Amino acid sequence: MLRFFLSRVLVLIPTFIGVSIVAFAFIRLLPGDPVALMAGERVMDPERHAQIMAQLGYDRPLIVQYLDYLFGLFTGDFGTSIVTKRGVAGEFFTLFPATLELSFCAIVIAVAIGVPAGVFAAVKRGSWFDQITMGAALVGYSMPIFWWGLLLIILFSGTLGWTPVSGRISLLYYFPQVTGFMLIDSLLSGQEGAFTSALSHLILPSVVLATIPLAVIARQTRSAMLEVLGEDYVRTARAKGLSRFRVVGVHALRNAMIPVITTIGLQVGVLMAGAILTETIFSWPGIGKWMVDSVFRRDYPVVQGGLLLIALVIMIVNLVVDVLYGVINPRVRAR
Amino acid sequence: MSHIEAQEAGEGVGADVPDREPAKSMRRQMLAEFWYYFSENKGAVVGLVVFIAIVLIALAAPLIAPHSPVLQNRNALLIPPFWQEGGSTAYLLGTDAVGRDILSRLIFGAQYSLFIGVVVVVIAVTVGIAVGLIAGYVGGWVDTVIMRVMDIILAFPSLLLALVLVAVLGPGLVNAMIAISLVLQPHFVRLTRASVMAEKNREYVTAARVVGASPLRLMVVTILPNCLGPLIVQATLSFSNAILDAAALGFLGMGAQPPTPEWGTMLAEAREFILRAWWVVTFPGLAILVTVLAINLVGDGLRDALDPKMKRS
Repeated sequence: MLRFFLSRVLVLIPTFIGVSIVAFAFIRLLPGDPVALMAGERVMDPERHAQIMAQLGYDRPLIVQYLDYLFGLFTGDFGTSIVTKRGVAGEFFTLFPATLELSFCAIVIAVAIGVPAGVFAAVKRGSWFDQITMGAALVGYSMPIFWWGLLLIILFSGTLGWTPVSGRISLLYYFPQVTGFMLIDSLLSGQEGAFTSALSHLILPSVVLATIPLAVIARQTRSAMLEVLGEDYVRTARAKGLSRFRVVGVHALRNAMIPVITTIGLQVGVLMAGAILTETIFSWPGIGKWMVDSVFRRDYPVVQGGLLLIALVIMIVNLVVDVLYGVINPRVRAR
Repeated sequence: MSHIEAQEAGEGVGADVPDREPAKSMRRQMLAEFWYYFSENKGAVVGLVVFIAIVLIALAAPLIAPHSPVLQNRNALLIPPFWQEGGSTAYLLGTDAVGRDILSRLIFGAQYSLFIGVVVVVIAVTVGIAVGLIAGYVGGWVDTVIMRVMDIILAFPSLLLALVLVAVLGPGLVNAMIAISLVLQPHFVRLTRASVMAEKNREYVTAARVVGASPLRLMVVTILPNCLGPLIVQATLSFSNAILDAAALGFLGMGAQPPTPEWGTMLAEAREFILRAWWVVTFPGLAILVTVLAINLVGDGLRDALDPKMKRS
């Protein structure tokens, strides 16, 4: 098991180096040099320009600059924001819980609805339930989620007035960050109504972010389940006289879940891409909105650092899924 | 992949070459078989009809659009659709904040979305197949390097990478298309490589090599046609993804720039009116959804028709 784990970690190293090269190259690919970028519209005399270039080490050979950058990454230095003058890693970890909370709720919604829907659709193959579920899944899969979010705002915030339009919690409440998860922190604060407020802010963005993963998971569960239901051991279980529930729920589902777990793991990238749009629409103060804002503010060190950190998060999640896959499915480990 | 292998035999590499006539009828038979399986899936047929309708609308846009897509009318600001109070049949789906006819903008928008889809898929497919063929056929360190580079591209969320690329290249439709092609092509590389590796040691390839076919001919003429099935399905998926991603970039202000009647860009302009004028937000998104859904329905049908595993069930 340990060997399996280590081999998966080893595979990540070249990818990480590649990702760091992409992030490093990003700032150099921009028109103009980094110092001119930081100066922005202001005019800088050439002497002062050269001085700053030397001061920041931009006059050294590229390979030295890259190694220096890589070394900085290992000591936790992901660059400094031009706008806020704060460390990129620090900003990332301040905002990350917001994205994590949103993504976590989204994936919970997606799995809680998608897996049972897929299982029932497979068991009742060809029924109206199957057809409606798969039709809905295809619509969900084709959904431009930025538009879907706006529609939900029109309906639930505009017409019905049930949910707030933006943010994580009403400004009436203030309490210290403990876990960074608004739902938990609001409960810990003990303030009346804080939890409900946090929940009402969270619900629409989570639903929007859950839409595509939900559709993908439902479709994947259905096809995995259909494949498993045709297997001999399922027929044997049925022939033994086991109840339908036991056959489907225990014998079939366990094996059908193997590809589904991979699919769920792959949704992390989808969630991060979705977070960019969802957080922009709902002004959710997370990583996605931070990246979009930084692109517009031309805060390139943040874009560079954020890009790397997000890729790192996805790589780690994929590693965890890979290892988990090995735990459930011994056949993978043996290879 | 029976019919594709049949095509291989029909085109005769290494095998005895049949006359022109039987080859033609074979092709017709393959098409008939394809259509038989494709039309089994009613959703796919509906998707195809809708898609063809959208293509026709895009082609005929200058003829059928009631107004200019960019002409502003100060006397007709935010007019609701015709069935609502205050609406007018002159503007069937209403007007936006500067008095442009929404229906006309949607009709011209179809041109942009289809154009984006076609260009992105052509670039991604061409580059992806070429690189995948090389990786799979040559193997060794070339393969390792290519696949690691693809892993790196796939390590980033596609929309984020596209967004950052556009930030580097500068906002605009062309750069958005380049960025989206780049993030979509690793899928084609992986698919092509996997099929090539599965096919390259088969007997018909060896036969062709013995006969003296050059590596290029082996890659493109002998092996590639047998890998087309999954690639066609992936191309359909990429077509709809390209439209969605381009609209998302437009929505974020990094794709097509106003006043281009691109659907995502229209949504971005409409955002501030969501609580006052529902129609400026609803229709462009609906257009994106219907187009993407139609393409995905066709994609599902293609998968059913081209995947031999599905045929047996």
